[in-house]
Amino acid sequence: MNWIGESLHGAVALATAGDARLWAIIFLSLQVSLTAVALAAVAGCLAGAAVAVGRFPGRRLAIVLLNAAMGLPPVVVGLVVYLLLSRAGPLGSMGLLFTPGAMVIAQFLLIAPIIAALSRQVIEDAWREYEEQLRSLGVSGLGAALTLIWDTRFSLVTVLLAGLGRAMAEVGAVMIVGGNIDGVTRVMTTAIALETSKGDLPLALALGLILLAIVLGLNGLAYAVREWSVRRYG
Amino acid sequence: MAESDELVRLIGLQFEGRGHRALDGIDTVLPRKRVAILGPNGAGKSVLLRVMHGLLKPSAGVVAWAHVNTHAPRVAMVFQRPVLLRRSVEDNVIYALRQSARHRHEPAARLRDRAQLALAGVGLAHLSGRPGRVLSGGEQQRVALARAWSLEPDVLLLDEPTASLDPGATRAVEGIIHEIAASGVAIVLVTHHRGIAKRFAEHIVFMDRGRIAEESVAPQFFSAPASEPARAYLEGDLA
Amino acid sequence: MTFIRRSFIASTLAAVLGAASLGAAAQDQFIVVASTTSTEQSGLFGHLLPVFEKKTGIKVRVVAVGTGQALDQGRRGDADVVFVHDKPAEEKFVADGFGGPRLEVMYNDFVLVGPKVDPAKAGGKDILEGLKKIEAAKAAFVSRADKSGTHAAEVRYWRAAGLEIDKVKGSWYRETGSGMGPALNTASSMDAYILADRGTWLSFKNRANLDIVVQGDTRLFNQYGVMLVNPARHPHVKKDLGQAFIDWLVSAEGQQTIAAYKIGGEQLFFPNAKR
Repeated sequence: MNWIGESLHGAVALATAGDARLWAIIFLSLQVSLTAVALAAVAGCLAGAAVAVGRFPGRRLAIVLLNAAMGLPPVVVGLVVYLLLSRAGPLGSMGLLFTPGAMVIAQFLLIAPIIAALSRQVIEDAWREYEEQLRSLGVSGLGAALTLIWDTRFSLVTVLLAGLGRAMAEVGAVMIVGGNIDGVTRVMTTAIALETSKGDLPLALALGLILLAIVLGLNGLAYAVREWSVRRYG
Repeated sequence: MAESDELVRLIGLQFEGRGHRALDGIDTVLPRKRVAILGPNGAGKSVLLRVMHGLLKPSAGVVAWAHVNTHAPRVAMVFQRPVLLRRSVEDNVIYALRQSARHRHEPAARLRDRAQLALAGVGLAHLSGRPGRVLSGGEQQRVALARAWSLEPDVLLLDEPTASLDPGATRAVEGIIHEIAASGVAIVLVTHHRGIAKRFAEHIVFMDRGRIAEESVAPQFFSAPASEPARAYLEGDLA
Repeated sequence: MTFIRRSFIASTLAAVLGAASLGAAAQDQFIVVASTTSTEQSGLFGHLLPVFEKKTGIKVRVVAVGTGQALDQGRRGDADVVFVHDKPAEEKFVADGFGGPRLEVMYNDFVLVGPKVDPAKAGGKDILEGLKKIEAAKAAFVSRADKSGTHAAEVRYWRAAGLEIDKVKGSWYRETGSGMGPALNTASSMDAYILADRGTWLSFKNRANLDIVVQGDTRLFNQYGVMLVNPARHPHVKKDLGQAFIDWLVSAEGQQTIAAYKIGGEQLFFPNAKR
């Protein structure tokens, strides 16, 4: 099919042209999504471990809520963050709307539940194996949670990748809270949406292929590191 | 029994889990000797050990440890399947030390010395830098023993420590258990393997269906078992 | 468990701090302009803003949405300047005290786009006749239905043609609720008629079988107006920088720059500021 070839060719041409604006967009995409993933990793893994290890009333409800929150519609999250950060909203005085910071917050809210829910599963499986041994050593609560997070770190890498994938691929929320401002908040996905709007489908697809290549590269790298570590540390 | 010979009093212990009475009235005083709790699978041996260690809460009854000098005894436990953390062998031991109130505040170098000492005691000092989880099953169990030993326990509880191991590893682990006992640590060993009990124990508790069927000194138990279940077990009918 | 709460607070704090530092990364002189997809996607801003930035050092951040949403951003104080094309809505915005005064900057025109074969025989120079024929033929028509300036104009044309679109619409009338570009993509994939602004149409690449069917009717003129968001209502509005942008747009230099923007030799926007 002709258009695929055209887009592939376009993607290679774009990527090799060294267009400063394209690189700025790629860099911002990575900066926003990696920041969101880093923050969501801390919050999500701690919350996941707490639910996995903790025994408290409402725990089952918390698990159901976490699992359900994985399916939060990005547009809804974007709208809520927009209303919060809007000058007329409660956090308006911070002046964060239409900045990369707003996009980080939106992506954080989208992926923290994913990381929490998936890490809860991973850590709970490990807890089943470790519980008696750790309790025998007098470890419980926060200590057990941190030990389990560290000991499941290779599996958690996969969990973080799931979060990163969602963050990088997401368009609805960042469009609303970032505003897709050229040179300020335009990321790969919003640039693709814009080119689609302009009817320049080959360019949109070329950008999509570049985004795909980046996500593929990050996943490959993480997979290699994980494989090496698992072989090294068991 | 003289006060100093007493290890622990088990008073009216019952344990119920999932509608099943795993412990059905355990009353005894274990001596400060090499004790083996013997019995067929499902007799409640492992449950009893966990209740003694505090991992399980009994539905009724009390575990009263005799004090060593003036303090409550430090109790450590080693499980059938060793659970090592994803870190080096040495760090596995140091991790355990850092959890204990006695060693938590010692400088890192001191903890490393203790870990090295314990690992040398189980013959694994040369593997201390290796990741714990890549070792063989027998080596992992020896690390688990070193980890428990490093805590300088007064009592060591062992739950079927060789059941998952091949004969060679079993011999090595048995040797270490004898050494730990010789260093003055009281040991309660749970096993369903009469050979191991015979080689190790001075005092035998034989359990059957959540109760103590028979309790006596080892030579007498093995030569002239008094109870019907013990006789059947030793003849191999109940294994 | 208290540590959950503590960790959540800590991470939220970190998120906000991190976000604040990201937000401050470009803390030089800038204003936010809420404008329409037609001005952004036609490439006008890409032509205009570098000239303005070079002259004044003021960076202009354009958030391109529909006119309705752009005015709403102005009402909420999320933009410093609103630059849109729906005169009645703009006048209401000013009358309600959200900003102003409203200055006219330029106009472009709408075109009725449809299949080259023109199945409804709507072609010609009369937009109202064209719409009547489309309705009579029940030919497929795509409406943006997104409260944008273009949508508002479309509804006005139906009414002027004597048709109350809410009453006569049927399955032939497809409401997409999307921006100009996506709506054009929809129309081109289903061979439908659609009202578009000329700028977006000229820069639109996925035309398939579509072409202009009606153009040149003076009623198709599409006036753009610009307003400063009321600083009395929203004290953080960058009054001076915003006013500088507005002043430049209606100045001789700004107007010439607008007139100079062409796609394929065709002028897209016609400056008509009253001075």
